[in-house]
Parts: sequence; C-alpha cells; structure tokens
Amino acid sequence: MENQALTNYQKRMQELGAEEMVLNMGPQHPSTHGVLRLELITDGEIVKEVFPHVGYLHRCFENHAQHLTYQQTIPFVDRLDYLASMNSSHAWVMGVERMLGIDKDIPKRIEYIRVLVCELNRIGSHLIAVGTYGIDIGAFTPFLWCFRDREHIMNMLEWVTGARMLYNYIWVGGLFYDLPVGFEERCREFVDYFKPKMDELNRLLTDNQIFISRTAKVGILPLEVAINYGCSGPMLRASGLKWDLRRVDGYSVYPELEFDIPVGKGEVGAVGDCWDRYKVRIDEIEQSVRIIEQCLDRLQKELKRTPDFDPRAKLPKKIIPKAQDFYMRAENPKGELGFYFICDGKSEIPKRVKCRAPSFNNLSVISEISRGVMISDLIAIIGSIDIVLGELDR
Amino acid sequence: MCAWHPDMNFEDITELLTEKFGADVIEAAELPGLQPALHIKPALITAVCKELRDNANTYFDFLACLSGVDYGVEESKFGVVYHLTSIPFKTSVTLKVSKKHGRSNDSLPSFLSVSSVWRAADWYEREAYDLLGISFENHPDLRRILLPDDWVGHPLRRDYVNLEYYKGIKVDT
Repeated sequence: MENQALTNYQKRMQELGAEEMVLNMGPQHPSTHGVLRLELITDGEIVKEVFPHVGYLHRCFENHAQHLTYQQTIPFVDRLDYLASMNSSHAWVMGVERMLGIDKDIPKRIEYIRVLVCELNRIGSHLIAVGTYGIDIGAFTPFLWCFRDREHIMNMLEWVTGARMLYNYIWVGGLFYDLPVGFEERCREFVDYFKPKMDELNRLLTDNQIFISRTAKVGILPLEVAINYGCSGPMLRASGLKWDLRRVDGYSVYPELEFDIPVGKGEVGAVGDCWDRYKVRIDEIEQSVRIIEQCLDRLQKELKRTPDFDPRAKLPKKIIPKAQDFYMRAENPKGELGFYFICDGKSEIPKRVKCRAPSFNNLSVISEISRGVMISDLIAIIGSIDIVLGELDR
Repeated sequence: MCAWHPDMNFEDITELLTEKFGADVIEAAELPGLQPALHIKPALITAVCKELRDNANTYFDFLACLSGVDYGVEESKFGVVYHLTSIPFKTSVTLKVSKKHGRSNDSLPSFLSVSSVWRAADWYEREAYDLLGISFENHPDLRRILLPDDWVGHPLRRDYVNLEYYKGIKVDT
C-alpha cells in the first residue's frame, strides 16, 4: 500500500537545500544511550530538523504478553526498563492485583519490602542517568563514581533476588523470597556510606561551572509543551510541575512515607533546561534515600521478620481477573509507566496488553526542543531526557 | 487520596458531551469494572477530545495512553482506546472508538487522528498504525515507527502470519 507520509519523508531527505546536509547519529553512537538513530538535517553546526528512528530494540513485548500468563510475563516486564526492573514489575503486579481485587490484602511487610527495593533501584537508575550524562558532556570522573556507588546497590539486590539487573522478584500477591537475614543492617550501612558521596558528586558535577555552561539554558522545555507531548517523570517535573504519581495516586505504602517532590526552578538558567532535568534526578536520589530510611525503620521495628512469615502465602493459585479493561500507571524513574489490560474473564492470558513507556513520549518531544540548536547541544539534550531503549522500543 | 476513580465526574462528562454534541455522540457507556469508559461516535472523536481538553470544567490536558486494539478475528472489529488525565483536577477518563472492518488487504480501518489535540498522539498513532494497521485521518506523518519502513503486514493483528523471508533471511518461528 502506498504510504504518502513515507514518500514525503524520503522526498525531504533527497531534496535538500544547498546549505543543508544530512547527518546520521547512531544507532551505534555512545551518546545516544543505546540503539537510537537520529537523522539530522543540519546547516553547518546548526540542527534544522531531527528525525528520530526508533525500534532497533523491538522485542514484541505486547505480543509476548498476549500469549503468556500474568506471572509468566513478569520477566519480560523486567526487560522493558532494564535499569529499573523492580519499578516496572511493581507497576505490572499492582495492576494485576487491583484487577483481582487482592491489592488490599497484601501484608504490610511485603509492601514495604517492595517500596524499599524499588527505591534502591530508582537510585541505581538515576545514578546511571547522572553518570552517563556527565560522560556525554565530557566529564569522565562522575561516571566512574556513580558506577562505583551503583555497584553497591547491584550487589545488595543480587543478594536479595539472585540477579544483578533483571530480578523477577515482585510477584503477583507477594514476593519471590523474604529479604535475606542481615539485609536491613547492610542497607543502613549503605545509606550511611552513600549520603556523603552525593555531596561529593554535587561538588564535582552539579556546581561545576563547565557543566553548567554546557547545560543551563539548553534544550528548554516549556511546561505546556511537555504536557502536550505526554512527557512525564523528571522531564515534566523539571519544567516546574509537581506531578508525581506516587503522591497523586498514592499507591502501595507511599501515602505513609514522607518525601518531597523536587521540581525544576531554573536555579542556574531557565526552568525546564537540561540542568534542571539533571538536578531533579539528583534531588530525587536524596528523596529516595529518605524513603529507604523510613522503610528500614518500619522493617526493623513493627514489621520485623518472623520465622513463620511467608511472602508467597497470598499468591493466587490461578490468576483470572474478571472481564474488564484496566489501565494501571505508576511512577518509574523515567516517568509514568502504564499498562493497559483487556481481560475476558475466562482466560489466564490477557486479551490485549499495551505498555505506555515513559521514554517513548519523553523522546518524542526531541524534534520540538532541538530545532535550531548546535549539534553539541543536541547531545546534551538527549542525555538529559534519560531514555532507555529497552522500554522505548519494547 | 486516590484520584484514580473517575466515577464522580463520569456522569458530568456524559452530560456535558450529550449537551454539546447531541445524544448520539455516546454510543454506549461501559460501567462495570474499576474504570468506566465511554464509547464515542468515531466521526466525532477529535471534536470530543478537543472539547474535553479545552473545557474549563474537565481540562483533560494530558493524553496518558492511546492503544490500538484488534478485538479478534471473529468479531472483525478494530478500536482505539484513549486514556485521558487532567493534571489540575487529578481525574482520568477512558474513551473508546471502534469500527467493524472486514480485514481486507485493500483498506485499513481508519479513525480520525487526535494529534492536533495532543502532540503525544503523534507517535502513539504511528505505533498503532505500525503494529495493528489502524489508519488515522489527518495525521501529519503516518509512517511506521517501530518496524522498518519496508515491513509487510501488521504483527499485532490476530490474523498475522509470519513472513517466510525478510530480506533473504529466513524468519525463524
């Protein structure tokens, strides 16, 4: 079938103006954070138009999910945003539990463990975002420091789940295992170690004049554009809106926890620039540490482990939700992760699953905010969006 | 605490839409389940979305999700589901459109694009076109997005059969 839009696009690429040049960035370029290809129409150093090409990491997630049971899909969900597997599977599991109507029966200890591991994973994800952002801009040291600290999180989560990145730990109705003995103490040691490290990172990168010159007032994303393009997470908050689904929806035990929602204030440039997006992530790491401390307090006091505690006790034997449509959303490190289920009420396999990936929307705004910028600024913009191609391409 | 149950505003939205567009704008209301949905007349979906976005009482400024759906080979029905969120009111609503389509290869099931209302719909609709073969009228740039431009067929359709070869490479099934 003739596709007019494709013809138009090909024509645009072939009929360039005398001063225009097509430049391919990616899919194998380190600054594109995975297999993302950007086709730029440039005029010297100025980017006139950006055509993002995605899909190099398409692994048919939605098709897999329509052929497997809810529990079997969790490992696939982990592979969506492979830097924050816990958060992704938490969202999936909560969606299934709500459809089954068992979300209120989950024991408090399980909910606190889930939030604890999710927030640890959120710190890990943000550390990658911050570290690789530094390297995009030309600062090598923060990258090594961030990876050193993330390694502690990886080791702890490996101790809990047996896997370093793709955990399959949060199950519908419970958990794979309880926390290992001594985990709470080890986690507290990590928190004490990690807090001063953030101050060091701030001194090294956040307040670094070279870094600020490269990121302040670059790639400004106005709030109404961000909303209209469906941007979420740190992208949206950096544009100045206090919108965090952990607070808005108040899912899991987040209403019982104290934390602030950092927003972009334009401290060194304008609201919604690259530096603001970076700073929101730094501030969120601090808030996640606060959440982790509160979780540890509860887990070591009133929700202490007992010998007879079985995290698999509430696991449903058969997961067959009633016939309904359900859209579940949760706050992932990258933004609003949504799963849309269509169930027929007879089968253990969903009729249709649609995944709303935050990176997908966050990236779609790039053509809008990088029109007329320098090529080197485009690198700064891509890094500040913090995309993960695994969930973008699904 | 939980702003996720839009039922409080659901009747108001129904009333608002019937007042503005006439009684036949809502084909059916889907009430059971945790999240009620409104079936909108396909010819009016863009106007309805625009109204819901611009009306000061609803203000659905955020298109959270847009999903194309193939309702199965026997039903021969295709649809699009819109999840709208209002950031100032912290409410949500689900809209649906659907059409019978005989799955012939000559034409694709076609709906009106809402990308003029929310730019977020641009890529969502490209994805629905790519994976499910749903066409969107008035879309500015309806190309494939996840699959290569020369791909044949729409893999999330219920009747999709794998190609035997893609560019000389045997497709392993």
